[in-house]
Amino acid sequence: MALRFTLLSLVAVGGITSVIPEVHRTVVEVHHWVTDAEFTQMFVIARAAPGPNMLVVTLIGWQVAGLPGALVATAAICVPSCTLGYFIARVWDRFRGARWRRAVEAGLAPITVGLVLATGWLVARGVHPGWAAYGVTAAVAALAMFTRVNPIWLFAVAGLLGVLGLV
Amino acid sequence: MTPVPAGDTARVTLGELYRGFFYAGARGFGGAMPWARRMLVEERRWLTAQEFTDVFSLCNFLPGPNIVNVSVVVGARFAGPRGSVAAFTGLLTVPLAVVLALAALYTRFGHLPGIDALLRGVGAAAAGMVLATGFKMAEPLARTPRVLGFLLGTFAAIALLRWPLVPVLFALAPLSVLAAWFRQE
Repeated sequence: MALRFTLLSLVAVGGITSVIPEVHRTVVEVHHWVTDAEFTQMFVIARAAPGPNMLVVTLIGWQVAGLPGALVATAAICVPSCTLGYFIARVWDRFRGARWRRAVEAGLAPITVGLVLATGWLVARGVHPGWAAYGVTAAVAALAMFTRVNPIWLFAVAGLLGVLGLV
Repeated sequence: MTPVPAGDTARVTLGELYRGFFYAGARGFGGAMPWARRMLVEERRWLTAQEFTDVFSLCNFLPGPNIVNVSVVVGARFAGPRGSVAAFTGLLTVPLAVVLALAALYTRFGHLPGIDALLRGVGAAAAGMVLATGFKMAEPLARTPRVLGFLLGTFAAIALLRWPLVPVLFALAPLSVLAAWFRQE
């Protein structure tokens, strides 16, 4: 499992959310470590919990092999890409202001925003189809953009609506 | 490496890096990125909005969990390797503990009725938070046909057509960089 996640760490261009389909294929379809339903719930728990969404990997590690599994999975997904990122960032700072670097940054920015919006879209569609749920998504997006309300309250209210069967 | 000052803050200590990312991680419900942005740009002003988008683009372009990359890159920028370690451990302290506690609870109570419904509601809110982050990041971008075209093209390929990410990136990223290169002439 450590080896699997190490490989995924290095191909996770665009963040962990973009390799989620590949993680799903690996742990659900190929190795049967967790069921499909368990996978979906872990994804939502990792999203709702504080911290990076990559912690879905920690949960899978936990499910497979308890506490050691959780720690090994987390390290495997973080350390390789972090080491690489550190060295690329050093080179990157050296070329601050270089023309090719400005072109790379200006070129990647719109793609990045497109990916973030795509992730939001896929989460909205994946977790729960239905107009009430889309309404909650839109309301939370608007509140998060135009106010400084703490997201924990948005999550609390949304969770309550869920429990009441309204979403 | 020489730490490069950013924004109007030239010096950020290891303790500040740890604490800044500690709180971003601790408050980061629905993904830490919105909180990291708020902490870095709006509260501590370690980066300008444009610098954050640049760092975020680099970190998206790098493999791996992107918020973790942000902590490593920002830490390195202000305080070298030790800055990276300080920011990285700060970011993960609380989330790791919380998610392990949740995993333990979920193992025991996950099959109770109501948990499913709760997660549906929370999931809807999480999607909203991600979208808000995307829209905020789009704000500082130039509103030109080139930028809009690549933004919507990426969105359509991944979200609507559900094409696999890696080929899409390898096709669109070089084109977009090339277009940006020629616009600088």
